[in-house]
Amino acid sequence: MIVDKIKKRNIPEKRKKVNIDIPVGKWAKCDKCKEIIYKEELKKNYGICPTCGHYFRLHINKRLELILDKGTYKRFEIDIETNNPLGLEDYPKKLKTLREKTKINEAVACGTGKINGEEVVICVMDSGFLMGSMGVVVGEKITYSIEKAIEKKLPLIIFCVSGGARMQEGIISLMQMAKTTAALTKLDEAGLLYISVLTDPTYGGVTASFASLGDVVLAEPGAMIGFAGQRVIEQTIGESLPEGFQTAEFLLEHGFIDKIVERKELKNTIHKLIKFHKGGENSCQN
Amino acid sequence: MSKLTAWERVEKARDPKRKTALEYIENIFDDFMELHGDRNFKDDKAIVCGLANIGKQNYTIIAEQKGRSTKENIKRNFGMPNPESYRKAIRFMKQAEKFKRPVITFIDTKGAYPGIGAEERGQGEAIAKSMFEMAKLNVPIISIVIGEGSSGGALAIGVGNKIIMLENAIYSILSPEGYSSILWKDSSKYKEAAQIMKLTAQDLYDLNIIDKIIKEPEGEESFEKICNSLKREIKKNVSELIIKKPEEIVEQRYQKFRNMGEFITLDKPCIDREV
Repeated sequence: MIVDKIKKRNIPEKRKKVNIDIPVGKWAKCDKCKEIIYKEELKKNYGICPTCGHYFRLHINKRLELILDKGTYKRFEIDIETNNPLGLEDYPKKLKTLREKTKINEAVACGTGKINGEEVVICVMDSGFLMGSMGVVVGEKITYSIEKAIEKKLPLIIFCVSGGARMQEGIISLMQMAKTTAALTKLDEAGLLYISVLTDPTYGGVTASFASLGDVVLAEPGAMIGFAGQRVIEQTIGESLPEGFQTAEFLLEHGFIDKIVERKELKNTIHKLIKFHKGGENSCQN
Repeated sequence: MSKLTAWERVEKARDPKRKTALEYIENIFDDFMELHGDRNFKDDKAIVCGLANIGKQNYTIIAEQKGRSTKENIKRNFGMPNPESYRKAIRFMKQAEKFKRPVITFIDTKGAYPGIGAEERGQGEAIAKSMFEMAKLNVPIISIVIGEGSSGGALAIGVGNKIIMLENAIYSILSPEGYSSILWKDSSKYKEAAQIMKLTAQDLYDLNIIDKIIKEPEGEESFEKICNSLKREIKKNVSELIIKKPEEIVEQRYQKFRNMGEFITLDKPCIDREV
């Protein structure tokens, strides 16, 4: 009800930019239109702003809930942490705090589950954990999931959200790009389907590895996707960037994603794609 | 090995007078012919591709090339590849497989070019595809880091069966300047960043990322000596790899990268909810 009232109020442009203190807990502020939204309402609306349609970033559990059939998720028992290869003093502490705060182990969760009855291996990344950056744990869990998909002959679905390779683990993070990519060559040879879903934001070493290598690459509307960050590009070329640069729509236009899919439609779209890739009796026999 | 600080090595790796890929190639191989173009959009000059030989052994060459003068640097985009460079590299990898030639890659770049056109033409996809093709190539690949090996732009041509690094070359996730600016929000701490990033050849050897360090002796004949060492390493490694079955070559490379990065068991895992 409250949301309805907020929605109807026509706030002048100027006022929208004022920072408003939000009571902690029950309310969320939309990054785009700055409206204050009742969290319950947001939840019911797939994490999409009821006012302007902006997509909020999703917690791993929420994403799993939206995509998988109820009660079908079985997480892989792979509970590992980095050995802190650069020996950074505060890094392990930071990870511990984050685990407690976010209630997730790392920036990716993986396991098996069903999508309208079709069994898949699924990986879901989370921007709330060091911006979904990829260090050895993310690299290993993705690689492990790819290997499980091959072993179980299942389609692989990865929901990407990431700032790129994780700085805190230096060159080891960089090498995870090659590790995950190499694993995907084996999935490819096994003739299995890989659907990559790009969500806001997907950048850097993740874009330049498994995120871009799906047989089918989907994206959520408005998601920011790219290799280099916008600030870096602006500093390099010395000019401001065009409107809509690096949005999902921009990538679709330039031929780098197959389809933009609304959050509400993702489950059914992925299910349809899996069905389209099922060979059965009528597949070509070569 | 001389005791330079990590930052001093970064400066050496970036020295504009440092030898570039083409100079190594011309000295190591008996003959070299550059061939051009990605057959799709253009010939991006930050990566040089071509054919070379030592005696009867032919090679495919893929090399990141910085300019040796301002003019050449402009032509070569300061050694920062656009997506077309990686797509050209992929074309040459596939031909190497077709004609059963080992591939030698030379790494020397500040990183893949961050520009509007590069993003429009899929810089991320180009790098990913390049690694993908390398990972499954069934001929031997030797990757040599000769100067700056920075970020995905370097790794894109670095998925080798063997990775060799010159003593004063660096290989890192990002430049020390970028690293300190991202991690500490302060780009002036680059020397400190260089120290902790583990970007020297010795660091990478200790981390099991690279297989061999080539010394860079001081003095007049330094360059010849480095080239001789590289030539010896290329011949030795290729002769060891070339007798293996194609699938063994792929598997050796796969296992090398599969095992990169150590981890430990997490004490108290939080369980992502069963839905």
